[in-house]
Amino acid sequence: MIQKSSSIAGTSVAKPSYTIRKQNEPESEQPAEDLLEISMGPHHPSTHGVFQMNVALDGERVVRLKPVFGYLHRNHEKIAESVTYLASMPYTDRLDYFNSMANNWAYALAVETLAGVQPTERAEYIRVILAELTRLLNHTCLIGFLVMDMGALGTPLMYAFREREKILDLFESLSGSRMMCNYMRFGGCRCDLPGGWLQQAQKCIDDFPAFLDDYEQLLTGNEILKARTQQIGLLPSELAVNAGVSGPMLRASGVNYDLRKVDAYGVYDRFDFRVPLGEVGDVYDRYMIRMLEMRESLKILQQAMRQIPQGPVMNPKAKLRGFRPPAGEAYGRIEGPKGELGFYLISDGTPKPYRYRVRPPSLVNLTILEDMCLNHTVSDVVVILGSIDIVLGEVDR
Amino acid sequence: MTGAGIIQGMLQTAKNFAGTFRSPQNYLTTVEYPEQRVPAKENARNFPFLVYDGEDPMDGLRCVACRICEKECPPQCIYIEKDKTKKPDFVGKLQFQPSAFDIDISVCMSCQICVEVCPFDAIQMDTEFELSQTDRFGGLLLDKRQLAKSNQYYRRIHPAEASAIDARRAIDVEKAKAKAAAKAQKQKSLTDKAIHPNR
Repeated sequence: MIQKSSSIAGTSVAKPSYTIRKQNEPESEQPAEDLLEISMGPHHPSTHGVFQMNVALDGERVVRLKPVFGYLHRNHEKIAESVTYLASMPYTDRLDYFNSMANNWAYALAVETLAGVQPTERAEYIRVILAELTRLLNHTCLIGFLVMDMGALGTPLMYAFREREKILDLFESLSGSRMMCNYMRFGGCRCDLPGGWLQQAQKCIDDFPAFLDDYEQLLTGNEILKARTQQIGLLPSELAVNAGVSGPMLRASGVNYDLRKVDAYGVYDRFDFRVPLGEVGDVYDRYMIRMLEMRESLKILQQAMRQIPQGPVMNPKAKLRGFRPPAGEAYGRIEGPKGELGFYLISDGTPKPYRYRVRPPSLVNLTILEDMCLNHTVSDVVVILGSIDIVLGEVDR
Repeated sequence: MTGAGIIQGMLQTAKNFAGTFRSPQNYLTTVEYPEQRVPAKENARNFPFLVYDGEDPMDGLRCVACRICEKECPPQCIYIEKDKTKKPDFVGKLQFQPSAFDIDISVCMSCQICVEVCPFDAIQMDTEFELSQTDRFGGLLLDKRQLAKSNQYYRRIHPAEASAIDARRAIDVEKAKAKAAAKAQKQKSLTDKAIHPNR
């Protein structure tokens, strides 16, 4: 189906069957009067926030799709350049508000690379536990939202939210806030685990596989779900790599690339887990990848809970007030639940970053929306968008 | 068989439906809010308040108007004015005090950074969340009288943190006393020497 471009010999340049279209490409392929243009969004329940898709339809077939985003832009990067390094930490919670712990970690990792601060051993384990709990809650909720886009109104999502509530309770008793955790610091974590937290987390982790079994029994074999997802929104591996797609979406297309294995940041090299891969690259694969990833996350969690050492959670050399990293630049990236989440920082030796840039997985994964949606119907567009797993707080920043 | 997956899913729904009645503790996570309440967690945080010791809120304020929290606050919602007159703090050292300390809690994002950077344990996080107001701007701009809450209140909402801070402050008081005693001793010996130079 995909032709590899064979321009190396210079003889025949086969045009690839896919395109990454420019936003402002002149629309000349088909006269406008034949097409029906529909504006989906910005306030549309299927868009998971304020996101607009201008869809041109030929009959029921999508021939063009223009994403319009920026409705939730709130100047995150510029604000971060005008406040201190520490003061950006609570703002990172608000990027992808489902996964504030993962965002905290990515930012802390970037600043730690910049300043040469090492987090303590216990803090590393706490971070792994929190990041994997975040992955669990993100993926359960995503699947709930995805099947809601297909018409399963509420029931699976409410089951997912019930489990999410247990994880959010853990986050609240640890950091004080359910969603805007603001927990990690440069060189460790803000405070140690409260008494009984590990037991409570252990219970939550032990109960989770039973919930996953129930959830899979509810959804995976469902014929309606299969009919709505299989062979829909195909993303060939080559296009996925070229477009910079990362995370579960990339692995659903069959590319074995997981930063937990590739970078082995933190203490991920000490855990035994597998990276599930898809074969077809359709919406069903993206759904299944998330189901399988949650099982792998549970494995990591069990190992981390066994291995977590005693000790301080904060590097004593790390400074909270008057933190000035030396001049230089650093990029810290982690495998967030949605993909590669990176922070790029340039320091000029002052308390504020000279340049601050986020590499948001949601935005980069969203760029190939049109290529996946072409020749599908409008109802499939909704499902495909749901399978990308976007959070508009991160797309627009 | 076509439809087997759907039937399986419906059985799952039925299981959850029956489970909600049979063992609600496993299936229900919500409470009927105004009548029932979930107890606040030890670490819970909402908006900052100023701690005072003793009886009088304004005299006992721990804040010394150093303005570190004002500088570090990410959304810049704290406004402090320094009073020129000094007052003795808990160890007897003369310190400045704020003549104005305002927090606009409509801007505050409950991040707790002011608490972390405060070297005097003067600002702490409250757990009170029922703060709705009819006055949108003025009502949510709290001045230092509205922000001041007693150390007893702080001990009640965050017992572990408060006792740690109290213990630290008690040690500081002891140190200050010892220092003062040593100073007095030294002073005394000096005066003794002045009186009896040949001893």
